[in-house]
Amino acid sequence: MSRATVEETPTVQSSEEGQRSSTQSRSPRRKSQWVRLGLLTAGALAFLFPFYYMLVGSLQEDPNPSLSGAFPNPSNVTLDNYQAINSSISLARSLVNSGIFTGGVLLGTLVFGLLAGYALAVLHWRGRGAVFAALVLVQIIPFQLLMIPLYVMIVRTYGLADSYLGMIFPFAINSVAVLIFRQFFLALPKDLFEAARIDGASELKILWRIAIPLAKPAILTAVILTFIGPWNEFLWPFLVTKDQDLQPLAVSLANYISNLAGRAANPFGAILAGACVLAAPAVAVFLAFQRHFTSSDLGSGVKG
Amino acid sequence: MTVTAPAADPQTNERSRRGSRHKAGRQRIGALFIAPYVIFLVAIFAYPVGLAVYMSFHDYFFAAPGAIVERPFIGIDNYIRAFESPAVRQSFGNVAIFLVLNVPLTVVLSLVLATALNAAIPFRTFFRVSYYVPYITASVAVVGVWLFLFSGGGLVNNLLGPLAPQPSWFVNSTLAMPLIAIYVTWKQLGFFVLLYLAALQNVPKELYEAASMDGAGRLRTFMSVTVPGVRSATFLVTLLATITGANLFTEPYLLTGGGGPNGASASPVLVMYQEGIQQGNAGYAAAIGILLIVAVLMLAGIQRLVLGRK
Repeated sequence: MSRATVEETPTVQSSEEGQRSSTQSRSPRRKSQWVRLGLLTAGALAFLFPFYYMLVGSLQEDPNPSLSGAFPNPSNVTLDNYQAINSSISLARSLVNSGIFTGGVLLGTLVFGLLAGYALAVLHWRGRGAVFAALVLVQIIPFQLLMIPLYVMIVRTYGLADSYLGMIFPFAINSVAVLIFRQFFLALPKDLFEAARIDGASELKILWRIAIPLAKPAILTAVILTFIGPWNEFLWPFLVTKDQDLQPLAVSLANYISNLAGRAANPFGAILAGACVLAAPAVAVFLAFQRHFTSSDLGSGVKG
Repeated sequence: MTVTAPAADPQTNERSRRGSRHKAGRQRIGALFIAPYVIFLVAIFAYPVGLAVYMSFHDYFFAAPGAIVERPFIGIDNYIRAFESPAVRQSFGNVAIFLVLNVPLTVVLSLVLATALNAAIPFRTFFRVSYYVPYITASVAVVGVWLFLFSGGGLVNNLLGPLAPQPSWFVNSTLAMPLIAIYVTWKQLGFFVLLYLAALQNVPKELYEAASMDGAGRLRTFMSVTVPGVRSATFLVTLLATITGANLFTEPYLLTGGGGPNGASASPVLVMYQEGIQQGNAGYAAAIGILLIVAVLMLAGIQRLVLGRK
């Protein structure tokens, strides 16, 4: 990402005058830097505090909602909450289900999405404009609004309730990822593809050997975006899975919040423990790849 | 986007002739590469939209598996029923409350934070990353903390002391929906900061130089250079925020225990779920969905008129 700054640099002046003007402008500039930092710090606090509180709350033996409860207290620390949530929703099983759901979507997006992005950017075929228009249009149709017909199709007609396939199918190819792939392939020099073609390489080989290795940043961006979609998705797997053994963690935790929490000794502690387990993998993946989650990588995909 | 140079020398001519021989093959391969995605779009978007329209004009309900039932054509009865239903009206009104709060808050806060972030400042990566954390975390997980924070005896009420609202936040029919709007603003803000950061890179620097030459202050520069400069991003932000609002389900389902109190925070998607899936009136729920799509498209059209490119 370019570190474009809005700061105005002093223009050419005589050295004496330059000295004066820089001391003059320094104090407001420094002041504005402080305003900027203050604003950003307030923002960061507002964004991070609930996560900190989530962790602290998940470790409390007795829920302490007073101000002092926001600070860790060694005499009130326990892992019981994790045990409590684990005994009612089996964290390991739910995590495996979340993993299979997310893995299926990632696989579908990487295989078919890369093919589609390559076809849209590099190859010429009839109907390319129409498919691209559809790809953009699809971003505006809220998925939730199709839940009734999708439910009829997948659960009622095809009988895919309580199956991984039924969970994965509506998310199988992430359209935003396809947009990012297309945009990135478009930016690669055309001569590269021409040269490989003249050498007799097949399109599949060009995609695999040339385009994909060069598109690594775009692929990583798309992987993060694609990962957080199904990992965090609640409504669709909630509709499709009634069998607890097949529910992803987001669904089983939500069911715990709305139905079961009342029975626990420390319901908030157990909920927060489950929340930590659900949040941790997504945050870890994001932190690992955050370098690639920048406005320049994503901006090109969003601009279309 | 890129235009290949026209064939000039014989060598390129040769190449392009060979290229045209290959063109038929490439055409076929292109169609082959795109086929899975096209099938996916048809199966997941085109066909369901058609099915939703069909269902909305029929008395489409769920029967026991295997039972042969008649689902007669009933014209616009489902739509009339939706218009007359107090629950549906209330849920659309709730989304209106949501949007009135969420969209301006999102635009202002994300643009201000993106502008503040768009400079050489210490801990830049830390700030950037911390803003995205709520966006990448599951709503189901974060909902747990918000429930804890805003519960009757929670931290927020403890801090407010005698100023704490009665009844407490999520069980207060006036406060439940606004608090959900603020929750979603907080949750999604990082993504919109990212969009604005991308847009800020495209504002010509000369404009800032010209503004400072004219002696414009910071606020003035922000209002007359930055704000118009990111106009197309603002359109995208309002559009995406509107779609998020129309999609609202998880938050009322979990934060207010299913749209309570008394439907004061129910969203249309929640009503669709209750009517369509829990009660089995799928045709009726499909009609609500169609109405919501129409409403979103109308709002998008208005936003495009006001903010779109000229």
